[in-house]
Amino acid sequence: MESSHNNVEEKVKIVLVDEFELDEAELSPDATLYDDLGLDSLDSVDLVVALEKAFNFKISREKDEETIRAIRTINDIYDFINAKQADI
Amino acid sequence: MGPGKAVSMNRVFITGMGAISPFGSGVDVLVDAIKNNKSAMRNMTAEWQKHLSDLECNVGAPLSEAINKKDIPRTFRRTMGPTAQMAYLAAKEALSASGIPDELKNSGRMGVVFGSTTGSVEAMSDFFKNYFENSSMKNIGSGTFFKIMSHTVAANLAHAFGLSGRMFSTDSSCTSSTQAIGLAFESVRSGIQDAIICGGSDELHPLVSGSFDLVYASSYKYNDRPEMTPRPFDKDRDGTVCGSGAGCLVLESESSARERGANCIAEILGFASFVDPGSMAQSNSDTIARCIESALKDADIDKKQICYANAHATGTLQGDAAEAEGLRKVFGDEAFPVSSLKGYMGHTAGASGVLELSACLRAITEKTLIPTRNLDKPAEDCKGIAHLLQPSPFNGEFFIKNSFGFGGTNAVLILRRC
Repeated sequence: MESSHNNVEEKVKIVLVDEFELDEAELSPDATLYDDLGLDSLDSVDLVVALEKAFNFKISREKDEETIRAIRTINDIYDFINAKQADI
Repeated sequence: MGPGKAVSMNRVFITGMGAISPFGSGVDVLVDAIKNNKSAMRNMTAEWQKHLSDLECNVGAPLSEAINKKDIPRTFRRTMGPTAQMAYLAAKEALSASGIPDELKNSGRMGVVFGSTTGSVEAMSDFFKNYFENSSMKNIGSGTFFKIMSHTVAANLAHAFGLSGRMFSTDSSCTSSTQAIGLAFESVRSGIQDAIICGGSDELHPLVSGSFDLVYASSYKYNDRPEMTPRPFDKDRDGTVCGSGAGCLVLESESSARERGANCIAEILGFASFVDPGSMAQSNSDTIARCIESALKDADIDKKQICYANAHATGTLQGDAAEAEGLRKVFGDEAFPVSSLKGYMGHTAGASGVLELSACLRAITEKTLIPTRNLDKPAEDCKGIAHLLQPSPFNGEFFIKNSFGFGGTNAVLILRRC
């Protein structure tokens, strides 16, 4: 399980660096997407698309919107991905 | 003055210029290339045949070097296709050259008027490729629509530079930037705005060149000799060549410019824009003449005061002849020198008016006129105007800039050297 979690974290970091040109050093688990990393609502749309591609699953508005909207930190993304994968 | 009447008529100055042209970044690069009689035309067969196998015109004027995207902050760039990216860099140069203070930008007294033929063709092509292959929009990024929408350039510039006044998008193909300058001029002259950035942009893409193929407006005989085309007013002209670029001017009211001691490059005196409802593809000489006469009236000067015309002339058979005849109808035979700059940088469509005007303004400031490249022997149907075949000294004051576009649009500006 540990290596699977590490794999998730690694992939999420790659998404954030590639998609939003962020510095990997900024990507601590408690970094907030909006305040610390400077992302905004348009970026959150692109984040969903990028996560779908990276993890090869579909994020459904009906099922996932509430959870997605509640994401504040990078750790929240890890939790979301892990829960989503467990669900699959 | 009473209800509904204009409250003021300001003089309008150009206080900054910026250019991304097929020759590279900056007005200096553009002017240096033209002074050295360079051609931006390239054979594009290898690149374009991957997209369209049956293009007739395989010559284009692409940017000589790719834009360094890192020059545009990501949060602005994510909603910009190449069209808006080029415009951003041109506007950045123009604003820097002008020295417009930051407090004016977000005061509601400064706006943006910009045009392009369409939104980003590259973004459209990518979107529809995905759409037709997958019948889905699920993996489309949030910026795609903003790259494609018709007012992508004006909107992106307003956001990137924090301009909170007027925003208009003059998307009229080859007249886009001349109309933008004209509308910006009217906005500042009337006192609605103190300053405006204005201009146009268009990206080169095989679909653009192919569209000119469809209406027999593209050059096809010089694919193996790209530097010999387009040939404005020449007897061997066979059509135009599309190019990439963006240009931007900063227009400013006299009081704003004088108050801060801004450098005045030129004054805009008059503008007119009409449509020829008789043809989608081109204007005839009567409607061109009417547009020029209206611009002269707007400028309130006698036609005998005009000393130079920077022509639209793209190298097409009908268009160049109609423009020559239109000029002759208004001004008489060989009244003053006329030249077109398409032979250097191709037809940059939505950017053509502003890029050509910028090059002219620099040349005129240096008291010279730029000749028409590739004009070896004026065609019979383009005679009666004084074609400029060599660089020529210029001490005149007033000059005109013509632009004509698909849809039958005409746009003419009257200017005075500062």
